[in-house]
Amino acid sequence: MNKIIRFIPLVLFIALGVVLYRGLSLNPQALPSALVGQKVPSFVLTQLLKPDNTLTEKDLQGDIVLLNVWGTWCVYCKYEHPYLVDIAQSGRVALYGLNYKDDRQDAKQWLVDYQNPYQLSIFDPLGKLGIELGVTAAPETFVIDKQGIIRMKHVGPIDGDIWQQKFLPMIEILEQES
Amino acid sequence: MKKLVHLLFIAVTICFTAQAWSTDTYQFQDEVTQKRYQSLVKELRCPKCQNQNLADSNAPIAADLRREVYELLQQGKSDGEIVDFMVKRYGDFVLYRPKVSTLTYVLWFGPAVLLLIGVIVVVIILRKKPARKVQKSLSNQQQNKLAEILKDK
Repeated sequence: MNKIIRFIPLVLFIALGVVLYRGLSLNPQALPSALVGQKVPSFVLTQLLKPDNTLTEKDLQGDIVLLNVWGTWCVYCKYEHPYLVDIAQSGRVALYGLNYKDDRQDAKQWLVDYQNPYQLSIFDPLGKLGIELGVTAAPETFVIDKQGIIRMKHVGPIDGDIWQQKFLPMIEILEQES
Repeated sequence: MKKLVHLLFIAVTICFTAQAWSTDTYQFQDEVTQKRYQSLVKELRCPKCQNQNLADSNAPIAADLRREVYELLQQGKSDGEIVDFMVKRYGDFVLYRPKVSTLTYVLWFGPAVLLLIGVIVVVIILRKKPARKVQKSLSNQQQNKLAEILKDK
């Protein structure tokens, strides 16, 4: 009995070590999205390039959709932009933009200065749809299936590696579903 | 001492001003709503800057969510409904006080269990000690030897 008791501190120490090792190797910024598995929330907002045209969640349905949250004020949006152009050209997904908390003129100019990879951009100056989607900042990208259900959320910029490792496997699953 | 009081005064002032700038932009119809607003923005965590609540954070998203809390209060929503609204969009993570669920049992009850284990260990150790002291007294042979040594001196 006494021998067992002597080993208790060692066991506790190892247990604590395991817990701390796991805790410290987690990325605290990587939060599970509360919206994965749910329908795109309903909204009525205008189109960025055509202020007279309103868009709703129904406009996002029917295709495998990548909804990319962007703004001209966002540094990483510039970084991921060339990758988005590539993705748009590949034609595997419908790439839509959510212009988040931005100025309409600035955003239009941005799309002229660089290339416009988006089939269309939703204009969300107050970030209302952003809150509905649980957006914390730009860039963020949602993968939406043909039924309009959010299947994945990526926080941060997309680049070649992330596209290969995170997006392509998901898109392949969605392509097989239909 | 005087310096300490001075520092304390500054710290308290900073605390109160930090609270003030996040609330003073909104007009409330009554004091109760204002109190509810203040407690809600303290209870909800900023999803971008994770060590701060909505009241303390300067992040744009925190400002947006404060506005959302204000608007929901104006619409007559209850505190529970507002908290649910945030959880539905940002997950349990937005709550500074996590809900009691199977996932958080360790978090809620772990410290109490550890404390209990500690108390039990201390009690066991304290109970064992007196038993050892009895053994420390010298045997007859040792007594005699001691007496001899003392005699020599």
